[in-house]
Amino acid sequence: MKFMMMMHAPRSGWKDAGIGTWPPADIKAHIQFMMGLNKELKGAGEFVDAQGLAGPEDARIVRANKSGGPEVTDGPYPEAKEFLAGFWIIDVENKERAYAIAARASAAPGKGGVPMSIPIEIREVMSGPPLTE
Amino acid sequence: MTDRPSTFTIEHLLRELAPQVLGPVIRRFRDFAAAEDAVQEALIAAARQWPEEGVPENPRGWLIQVAARRLTDQIRADSARRRRETAVFMQEAADHQIVPSPDDPAGLAEEDDTLVLLFMCCHPALTRPSAIALTLRAVGGLTTAEIANAFLVPEATMAQRISRAKSLIKKSGAPFRMPGDRERAERVSAVLHVLYLIFNEGYASSVGSRLQRADLAGEAIRLTRAVHHMLPDDGEVAGLLALMILTDARRAARTGPDGEIIPLDEQDRSRWDRDAIAEGVALISRTLSRGAVGPYQLQAAIAAIHDEAARVEDTDWPQIMALYDLLGRMSDNPMVTLSHAIAVAMVEGPAAGLKRLEPLDQDARIAGHYRLDAVRGHLYEKTGQREAAIAHYLAAANRTTSVPERNYLNMKAAKLRASA
Repeated sequence: MKFMMMMHAPRSGWKDAGIGTWPPADIKAHIQFMMGLNKELKGAGEFVDAQGLAGPEDARIVRANKSGGPEVTDGPYPEAKEFLAGFWIIDVENKERAYAIAARASAAPGKGGVPMSIPIEIREVMSGPPLTE
Repeated sequence: MTDRPSTFTIEHLLRELAPQVLGPVIRRFRDFAAAEDAVQEALIAAARQWPEEGVPENPRGWLIQVAARRLTDQIRADSARRRRETAVFMQEAADHQIVPSPDDPAGLAEEDDTLVLLFMCCHPALTRPSAIALTLRAVGGLTTAEIANAFLVPEATMAQRISRAKSLIKKSGAPFRMPGDRERAERVSAVLHVLYLIFNEGYASSVGSRLQRADLAGEAIRLTRAVHHMLPDDGEVAGLLALMILTDARRAARTGPDGEIIPLDEQDRSRWDRDAIAEGVALISRTLSRGAVGPYQLQAAIAAIHDEAARVEDTDWPQIMALYDLLGRMSDNPMVTLSHAIAVAMVEGPAAGLKRLEPLDQDARIAGHYRLDAVRGHLYEKTGQREAAIAHYLAAANRTTSVPERNYLNMKAAKLRASA
């Protein structure tokens, strides 16, 4: 089963309390943790893709205007409290395994090495029609 | 048949031969797209067979014959009428006309072919990503899978990109021959730009998961070397080649064990490739002494000055500043102004460098770009204005689209804060 794990970051304070404001050793530990997690998933044959997204400042929402051309507005919805910082796609045996991996990612070390408890949204990736026998 | 060669040797041989095989096949069949597909199939067949059976005595002839046979088969399948005409014609062609003699494995005609192919693949009608992909396949001899892997896109996507590029070339009606003198300079510069982009892609992606990806920087150097061999008197070709060699020479020193960026002034210079530096310096020195200086030559000269400094404090900054000044006059490029400002800061102090950056806030091409913030952070750090430096580093970190760069900039801010 394939799942997308979406890592959300709080919109408020992400500039003033973001990773760049942590002590250097904590930043290093966080980066190493994330790299290690990806390596572990690859080693387990469960890794499909992982991407970090560029900052939300340059994010835009596009809708087609009447003539079908792009109508571009700032986004994502400014009232949203969180933004999507990055995602993984994993291919695992069952939902429980996906939850376990998400928990690992959620506990990435933050400032002072304290587990961050990042909210990770889990969505199953839809697949082809099932075999009916 | 010779001794069993290594897969590595065969891969190299095939990449060398790719354009020399494609040229004659296109000329004979007058269909670039079909010929290119057939040659690709022949290369794949060789990559499979040669490690087992050995390299044939005339590898180029072998490849041409296999490609021609595939095309003939295809034409046969396409049309019964054409079959009668081409069967005889092709047999003759495959056996005699287009197979080069083993005594002349790389004559003048083949060199021209490679150049004409490059001009075609870097045709102005193509988007840059298409030109890059087509160049790597048709001239570089890489497989679609290898190219797809290098650019981290699915193979089917890359195959489609290549096939669309070929149909655009077909539509443009570009003939398979050398462009005239007037057009030629322009086309050479388009080729150099594509090669430069391939190198850059390889260089940028050399951070992190490089081992899983085809060596694009190495491939760009190989192709530029071939162009330089064909156009030895072109100063900009030589300049680009020297620039690539001199930049690539620092590759081993520019990232740490976790793929983190190590800036030029903190690199372990003992890890730089001395032979490559000697080659690059000799090449650019020879080229500059001949006059008609262009932007690639100037960038190579700057890279040479960095590479020749045994310690970072030995860097000849006044010379670098003068070269960036010259480069700035040649092309109106805000990125050059940025680099110039750094050099000015090294010679006249960081305040003078910061002053040079001011006009860039009015330049829509770079205002708000993360690199402007990154350079400001760097220069404010040098003036001792810690808070301003931290703010600019963080602003740059929030805007860059490169993960290693974001990590680097966040780390710069964090270290400054910790040093309080």
